[in-house]
Amino acid sequence: MQSFTRHTGTSALLARDNVDTDQIIPKQFLKRIERTGYGDVLFFDWRYDPEGLANPAFALNAPQYSGASFLITGKNFGCGSSREHAVWALRDYGFRAVLGVSFADIFVNNCVRNGLLPVVLSPAEIANLTSRARLDTPLTLTVDLEQGKVSADGGFSASFQLEPFRRMCLLEGLDEIGMTLKHDAEIASFEKDRPAFTHHA
Amino acid sequence: MPQRTLFEKIWDSHVVCSGPQDSRILYIDLHLVHEVTSPQAFEGLRVAGRNVRRPELTVATLDHNIPTTGNRFVIEDALARTQVETLRHNCREFGVRLFDLDSPEQGIVHVIGPELALTQPGLTIVCGDSHTSTHGAFGALAFGIGTSEVEHVLATQCLVQKKPKTMLVHFAGALGNGVTSKDMILGLIAQIGTDGATGHVVEYAGEAVRALSMEARMTICNMSIEAGARAGMIAPDETTFTYLRGRRFAPQGAAWDQAEEYWRGLSTDSGAKFDATVEISAAQLAPFVTWGTNPGMSAPVTAAVPDPAQAADESERNGMIRALEYMGLRPRTRIEDIAVDRVFIGSCTNARLEDIRAAARVIRGYKISDRVQGMVVPGSQNVKREAEREGLDKVFVAAGFEWRESGCSMCLGMNADKLGPGQRCASTSNRNFEGRQGAGGRTHLVSPAMAAAAAVAGHFVDIRGWEYRD
Repeated sequence: MQSFTRHTGTSALLARDNVDTDQIIPKQFLKRIERTGYGDVLFFDWRYDPEGLANPAFALNAPQYSGASFLITGKNFGCGSSREHAVWALRDYGFRAVLGVSFADIFVNNCVRNGLLPVVLSPAEIANLTSRARLDTPLTLTVDLEQGKVSADGGFSASFQLEPFRRMCLLEGLDEIGMTLKHDAEIASFEKDRPAFTHHA
Repeated sequence: MPQRTLFEKIWDSHVVCSGPQDSRILYIDLHLVHEVTSPQAFEGLRVAGRNVRRPELTVATLDHNIPTTGNRFVIEDALARTQVETLRHNCREFGVRLFDLDSPEQGIVHVIGPELALTQPGLTIVCGDSHTSTHGAFGALAFGIGTSEVEHVLATQCLVQKKPKTMLVHFAGALGNGVTSKDMILGLIAQIGTDGATGHVVEYAGEAVRALSMEARMTICNMSIEAGARAGMIAPDETTFTYLRGRRFAPQGAAWDQAEEYWRGLSTDSGAKFDATVEISAAQLAPFVTWGTNPGMSAPVTAAVPDPAQAADESERNGMIRALEYMGLRPRTRIEDIAVDRVFIGSCTNARLEDIRAAARVIRGYKISDRVQGMVVPGSQNVKREAEREGLDKVFVAAGFEWRESGCSMCLGMNADKLGPGQRCASTSNRNFEGRQGAGGRTHLVSPAMAAAAAVAGHFVDIRGWEYRD
């Protein structure tokens, strides 16, 4: 898994609350059996018109947001379905971090296993970044996970936190399965002590 | 031992050891698998040369992608067919039990788990599906995971988790006639919002919860995720034990007695502390209808579509304006004046036998409106067979409904069952997100009886005034 330590890049703005994973990647793209190749269909129903052309009214199609590696959004981003395809699509498109007021639980779990950093900022800080990202010139940010800092040209600076385990996953790009398998003896001993009626399937 | 909540008892008994940092390695008793979120996980195992640690604790079914029409064995959509074939292949290769399309017990993963008593109190249950919270109705700790975590459970039978917070939702008093557990959960989400329970495991308690059947309890727990909750759960009681006794994978004989004794200890100790508490008066709940594009945007059937001008803040106002535009609704339209084109009775939320019976009772002796296309999709082959034994299929067909084969169907429209652009649907499912049931489709979430009544009337009506013809 790709790690995240520090990244500088431009930002795109999706100034909405409650962006659900059905919007991030609609169901017709969940039929594939691969982990890659979802970037072109990210936000499909919002991004393209029924003829398949870019919808000029959709934020991500604005020229100043082209090539962005940060997405600035509102609260409860990633709610709804557990589809990891949502995170794969955001990563595939080129996003390295999403900055918002809050995120849904399963979405965050999926993020940290795919090198996508969820950055929780206060409503005032998101409002500040939102107004900067509305301008015609691209907003360049630096996000530093080691320091827990977001900074922008023109004096913006904010701190953020991530739970220690999630932070470690991202900083080190861990093979979580390999890590758990090191506890094989403990798992085996736990299994031996489970009551028989729990082994029913 | 200090007083503990139901959640804490199950959590504590499943911690294998500490994981890195603030995490714990949590043992998983039952892993449910379906075709959409598992192919990349099995592929990951193959690439790393890993095996499924406990195939006998892993159970798969086909539900999301499959046709619900007569000959469902022929899947015309090539991508869907590949995904179905991939699950079959993976189950064979790794020795996982699969309830395939030709199984008399195939169905929606969250319907068949409980039906077969794979779901039991006190277990930890996961699935690559957010509605895994359904199984919490039995006093299990059940939650949805992503595909990377599916791979982790396949390889280790464990998950690395941080302990969530706890929330008590207490429903005081009794439900009024015609008000269901669907209205309890929609009422809760309307009150606390779609992120009101984020980071928490919710326990539902109170007189109104105790009075519910297992099917109705599953409906509440199912939609816990729509409030942002990690999981929802209800302490097991006589209703739970009566439901489970004698089912296919329920313990038998002495094992049952041992299990039941353990299960009886699975309730929150008096005096145990929750991180948050929500109080709701069950008696004051009405049948709810969603009007917007998330499950928190709902109103009692007697009310009207709200006016964005009344919104609490700009962000909420913008959300409402967007939602009303997408839904093609004007502020202050009476809910009962909203006409529907389609009615969908199905999904892991409301496609169990009790739901089918409730809808059939409303329909009996009526025809559905000329302007409405109605569809009933039983949650499993067991539900379908039992409903047919009771003659309910004939009631629906006589009224003008289509009677389908089991699957997820138009809850998420991965198969051919979809809304067309602009079509408006009364749906017993769980999500009214934009495009959820088909690009441009407009979804209103309701209980099965409310959906059935809307099919007959051609618009929403208050089920509490319904004239039953049985």
